[in-house]
Amino acid sequence: MDRRVALTGMGVVAPGGLGVKGFWELITSGATATRRISFFDPSPFRSQVAAECDFDPAREGLTPQEVRRMDRAAQFAVVAAREALADAAAEEGDCDPARLGVTIGSAVGCTISLEQEYVVVSNGGQEWLVDHSYVVPHLHDYLVPSSIAAEVAWAAEAEGPVALLSTGCTSGIDAVGHAAALIREGSADMMVAGATDAPISPITLACFDAIKATTPRNSDPARASRPFDRSRNGFVLGEGAAVFVLEDLALARQRGAHVYAEVAGFATRCNAYHMTGLRSDGAEMAEAITAAMAQAGTAPADIGYVNAHGSGTKQNDRHETAAFKRSLGDRAYQVPVSSIKSMIGHSLGAIGSIEVAASVLAIEHGVIPPTANLEEPDPECDLDYVPQVARQQAVDTVLTVGSGFGGFQSAMVLTRSGAASTQALT
Amino acid sequence: MTISAVVTGMGVASPNGLGTQAYWRAVLRGESGIGRITRFDPSPYPATLAGEVPGFDATAHLPGRLIPQTDRSTQLALTAAQWALDDAGLGPDEPALAHASVVTSNAAGGFEFGQRELQNLWRKGSGYVSAYQSFAWFYAVNTGQISIRHGTRGPGSVLVAEQAGGLDAIGQARRHLRGGTALALTGAVEGALCPWGWAGLLASGRLSTSRDHARAFLPFDSCAAGHVPGEGGAILVMEERTSALRRGAPTVYGEVAGYAATFDPRPGTGREPGLRRAILLALADAGLGAADIGVVFADGAAVPSLDQAEADAITAVFGPRGVPVTVPKTMTGRLQSGGAALDVATALLALWHKTIPPTVNVGQLAPGARIDLVTAAPRRADIAAALVLARGHGGFNSALVVRATPRGGTGPDTTPDPHDRRS
Repeated sequence: MDRRVALTGMGVVAPGGLGVKGFWELITSGATATRRISFFDPSPFRSQVAAECDFDPAREGLTPQEVRRMDRAAQFAVVAAREALADAAAEEGDCDPARLGVTIGSAVGCTISLEQEYVVVSNGGQEWLVDHSYVVPHLHDYLVPSSIAAEVAWAAEAEGPVALLSTGCTSGIDAVGHAAALIREGSADMMVAGATDAPISPITLACFDAIKATTPRNSDPARASRPFDRSRNGFVLGEGAAVFVLEDLALARQRGAHVYAEVAGFATRCNAYHMTGLRSDGAEMAEAITAAMAQAGTAPADIGYVNAHGSGTKQNDRHETAAFKRSLGDRAYQVPVSSIKSMIGHSLGAIGSIEVAASVLAIEHGVIPPTANLEEPDPECDLDYVPQVARQQAVDTVLTVGSGFGGFQSAMVLTRSGAASTQALT
Repeated sequence: MTISAVVTGMGVASPNGLGTQAYWRAVLRGESGIGRITRFDPSPYPATLAGEVPGFDATAHLPGRLIPQTDRSTQLALTAAQWALDDAGLGPDEPALAHASVVTSNAAGGFEFGQRELQNLWRKGSGYVSAYQSFAWFYAVNTGQISIRHGTRGPGSVLVAEQAGGLDAIGQARRHLRGGTALALTGAVEGALCPWGWAGLLASGRLSTSRDHARAFLPFDSCAAGHVPGEGGAILVMEERTSALRRGAPTVYGEVAGYAATFDPRPGTGREPGLRRAILLALADAGLGAADIGVVFADGAAVPSLDQAEADAITAVFGPRGVPVTVPKTMTGRLQSGGAALDVATALLALWHKTIPPTVNVGQLAPGARIDLVTAAPRRADIAAALVLARGHGGFNSALVVRATPRGGTGPDTTPDPHDRRS
């Protein structure tokens, strides 16, 4: 029989709220953290809004050397991991370091540092033969983003399986799914798992501008991220991280840990269609949802909340709505569905983990975060998207999904531990 | 669930041979693909040697529409994937492909493509950045492109663990087979041979600055002084054994029998690195003992302290000079995540041909390296299983065991040797 996977610790770095508490307050208030980009002058770009974190690494406890060697994405991951480890309150001796692993998701790794260093060594893009004498010693760590997973492993003192997982915008959900699989198969007893991305950099803006994926709603930054709304016209770039402690449920019970939820089911599929495009029928996402529910032993009627990908692009929100109908049947019309990207933007690889955090907190607090800025739904998006205002509602089982460049479609089922629907697979 | 994951096809793009046949022939002859960099002028840089894949014309292998949207490393990966499917006898109409999984590793992504677009942005302006940049450079590109080209709609994933990632991808593909996927395309092909990638590799402090291609990359040698990077790798077709036999797979190269990954203790603790533990876990996963392993494909960092640590780990498990050890990547350079995937292909070929390929150029072993390194010429050996090791910068250790499978069933034993040197 498969082992069951408990989520016992959580850490979040998100726009508008550092730490789990601030994050949850923001996304249940319905306020938004999207604004005109402040990191650099965004005026040359088509899309000039983003959800930025007000993050001071020193104030978050990083040492000067950690700040110097780590890209912003690694800093987010380490800060979130430390919060998660403290929250899980595992003590020395609870888990053999050899049985403790790390999976960190990231779509674009150390983008900001890479671009900053590129600008210097190429002298502002003038030189193809870049001048290596201007290279910083940590450039190799920026080049290869597994350095981020290594930093988290050092923070957690993990010596089991460690890797970075990079499947574009499903990295965050896939990293948690991967870690859960390692616990289930017995390769680890405990995993520090989550995702991070800090992509708000000129090159990222330029490449999303080029395909008109991000919104040009620059005049109204606070209301720029509009999932499922008729007027939506692209996503708002974000940044952040969420990291969890996952462990064998038996270990969690033995050490008396607080179990937020169980990672009961996970599946991912490729759409084999297009690197950025989506087929309108949502077939592969629906298949991932069905497979994740099967692993969890969950029926559509059990799903109490759907945490949507809801990026706010025209095609995504229709694709996803179709996938919910295809996989959940009539239940799709009854279950509340919401997108927290309406408030904290789309942090690429990180958002899947941040959405796992929101899903688990919805179970913990009995509150469903809203879809902010949803004023006039797209007629083709005809589900209950919890517009604008959070809803008090007990939730035992959450479905969270992600969709990413490369064709990745992922789904995860999280359940209240001990809830009736949580039947371990045989 | 216990299943047998067998490799039924391989596609190789290596600096010393494009295609499995050319590669294996070069390996047996000890031919190296390391030379002075031709893709850009390396003269401003302290390191000037690399393993470049020779004579690769992407337009000869890929549809024209894929060329402008892909980095060279993705073009090599797509070509290797096509060859792997051809080798496995899987045509485009094969129904199993629709549910297949793709798992690759990638340490740096499409970096040359990325340098070009960064230059467009910073030199000309944001309007000059390619519409393909958003996905051409990122780490997931090869999995996505392979999946789209071959219509695979099963689970896809991408693992990054610097050079160790090539083994992690294959281990993950095996996990998907255990989860019920019948077929997977897996491995790694990459390379960041552009000036910007070169600057990043130089920053690792581990590149050889030798100008002599025969003396530049000498793992376990008393003169080891860094490595030579390269481009390329391998893509494998992996199948659940019974379904491979049922469909009449033309060749069953062997089984991926064991895999494990560990991470080193935090720097400064002075504790033993995790490689020995990875080896023991992979052997246990395979249900094999040290005596069952006929050859070890070493990571071969060619940094004295790392070579010593690897030699110690091998010796601790197998005893001093207790097992033949080889580093065929002395003929290719280290191919980032592609190197370990290529080593798995090489190990399977070694099992098939009962021949251990040599470690070239290494003469005088470092005094502390008490290993039986196969140097100079190939060694005939009746090997039933091989161990492949890989380490990634930062503390990543991975170990993978491949085992020969009975050449019965649908008759791989009656199939003409696909890589016979005489043909």
